[in-house]
Amino acid sequence: MIGIVGYGGHIPRFRIKVEDIAAVWGADPNSIKNGLNIEEKSVPSIDEDTATISVEAALNALKMAGIDPQDIGAIYVGSESHPYAVKPTSTIVGEAIGCSSEFTAADTEFACKAGTAGIQMVMGLIEGGYIKYGLAIGADTAQSKPGDALEYTAAAGGAAFIIGKKDIVAEIEGTYSFSSDTPDFWRRDTIEYPSHGGRFTGIPAYFKHVIASTEGLMKKLSLKESDFDYAVFHMPNGKFPLKAASILGIDSKKLTPGFVVKKIGNTYSGSSLLGLAATLDVAKPSQRILLTSYGSGAGSDSFSIKVTDLIEEKRKNVKKIQEYIDNKEYVTYSQYTKLRGKI
Amino acid sequence: MKVAVIGVGSTKFGEHWEKNLRQLAIEAGTKAILDAGIRGRDIDAMYLGNMSAGRFIGQEHVAALVSGELGLTIPAVRVEGACASGGLALRQGVFSILSGQHDIVLVGGAEKMTDVMTDGATSCLMGAADQEWEAYYGVTFPSLYAMIARRHMFEFGTTREQMAKVAVKNHHNGSMNPIAQFTNEITVEDVLNSPMVADPLTLYDCSPITDGAAALIICKAELAKKYTDNPVYIIGTGQASDTLALHDRKSLTTLDASVKAAQKAYKEAGITPKDIDLAEVHDCFTIAEIVATEDLGFCKKGEGGKLLDEGVTNIDGKIPINTSGGLKAVGHPVGATGVKQAVEIVLQLRGQAGKRQVKDAKIGLTHNVGGSGATAVVHIFSR
Repeated sequence: MIGIVGYGGHIPRFRIKVEDIAAVWGADPNSIKNGLNIEEKSVPSIDEDTATISVEAALNALKMAGIDPQDIGAIYVGSESHPYAVKPTSTIVGEAIGCSSEFTAADTEFACKAGTAGIQMVMGLIEGGYIKYGLAIGADTAQSKPGDALEYTAAAGGAAFIIGKKDIVAEIEGTYSFSSDTPDFWRRDTIEYPSHGGRFTGIPAYFKHVIASTEGLMKKLSLKESDFDYAVFHMPNGKFPLKAASILGIDSKKLTPGFVVKKIGNTYSGSSLLGLAATLDVAKPSQRILLTSYGSGAGSDSFSIKVTDLIEEKRKNVKKIQEYIDNKEYVTYSQYTKLRGKI
Repeated sequence: MKVAVIGVGSTKFGEHWEKNLRQLAIEAGTKAILDAGIRGRDIDAMYLGNMSAGRFIGQEHVAALVSGELGLTIPAVRVEGACASGGLALRQGVFSILSGQHDIVLVGGAEKMTDVMTDGATSCLMGAADQEWEAYYGVTFPSLYAMIARRHMFEFGTTREQMAKVAVKNHHNGSMNPIAQFTNEITVEDVLNSPMVADPLTLYDCSPITDGAAALIICKAELAKKYTDNPVYIIGTGQASDTLALHDRKSLTTLDASVKAAQKAYKEAGITPKDIDLAEVHDCFTIAEIVATEDLGFCKKGEGGKLLDEGVTNIDGKIPINTSGGLKAVGHPVGATGVKQAVEIVLQLRGQAGKRQVKDAKIGLTHNVGGSGATAVVHIFSR
């Protein structure tokens, strides 16, 4: 039985409020808060990047897994803000958490779903008998052009998942993906900030893929909406995941534990995985969680995850996602521009 | 003068992410052909209203594009007059029949606007204004109509609430129209509290950016009964022009081109504004509907706002305006709008407008404006 052996997250503690960003651009904060259903977003400190966030999250996952890091045979870090264009983040993580040199590693990029793609890659290696444990991480310090609509949501954070077959806290019952060439959001090489297609990012992009992937998973596993106790969708803002749930006929209450976006924003590759981690933090044994990520460009990965009896014991001593959300310090827009290297 | 409309067709108006201009035009054209019960080879010519395919999608030569896709080798002409392109295409089609040159003509209007971002669309649309004397100074269409609104408020005491009521009414009508982009009901408060676009106009005072196409099959009046028991006749048409720049006009609160086009159409039809049972007017912004009801003679100058307070322009009112939902709720694919207005009037006069049907509608009018009023075209239809 393949599943999650340990998981953990990390969210930088700085926050900026929607009001403070709106004030700079002369925008109406209430219409933005209502439009995006978001209150504040996380901001990385000057010395935090995708590598440091990944390491913090991986250490939490390792603590829960209770395994020897030398047994990890593969590390994939998914992000669209890898510190280096050439030179992997994944080897930095491997070295920092005490892995041996006998592991395969690569950085993945698929907009906001490179982390879940990493989980699928690791699952394949384990099922194929190539490795014992694999580490998949989704983390970002998302970029946004000052004044762009993205600036209200582009945040920082990440989550790490150690996948294996022994002593799992949750079984991965199955996975399904749906991909197409859809240019809704992109950043060309050497360009500092991403571009996006405005309203095109909605129906033909996010909703099309999230819905198709989720429906595909349920069909593949012969499951229906009511079989899931919780659901987590990629959270580019606070509106899209709720609308996706409503289209799929999933009660919005099932999203609540993993609905981290309102308080930390869109952590891109970290978003759906932080939502999953937050849900696993409260889920009870034998409850089932639906996870559907979304990456622009575009694609979705869906997973059916069933919690095991081991979770209550294993998650006891690991820092919860909610603790990261609650541990915060507000910065002004001026401080934010400095922290983000804009000045 | 008499020309008959024997077929109408329209795509849904909205954000057609998966359809291109040619697909939209073909869909509307095919529907109109089927509605008329004719075959493609019966059509003698095509006139296509399109404002700016060259800038929206990089495609010129769109009339031949569409006729070619329809498998036709007939003369195909693109007609451009900014947001009045559709109305002008209809007028050219009518003239080509009246000239004796053609018996059956396909009139289309199509625009694909969502392939560019909002700022790109705004810039394309500004092509309808005076580039040197308006656009260069930073003016956009919302701000031009905002100036009209401000002046109307100043001169006649028109209120924000009255403008908002235009949007409320048109959303209500749109909620009953299967092709409308917006089918949600809104309140006066919703309009007033929506984000400011150009003071005093807020978001819900403005028509949206839309993809869509509409088409009509028109023919010589004598031929109409051969194809349908329910023909609608075009009994009057008028068109006029004015200066491109708003500031060059005598008045900000009257579109002289609308007044002149309407006078010509009324005269040709031998009727007065009192004879009109319903009208589709160019409500690109809420204030534009108020100004239009005055310019078309449905009330005295300055009293357009009161019509909203009294419900006169509701579907069950004395002179229902924009029963389709107008540009505000149906959407405004600029080159298609003028043709879509005609489609609505034909459906109403045929008694096929469903829940938005105006009782005993016999005579209807369409009013299509280009830019801030540099082009206006009016058609009058009769059962």
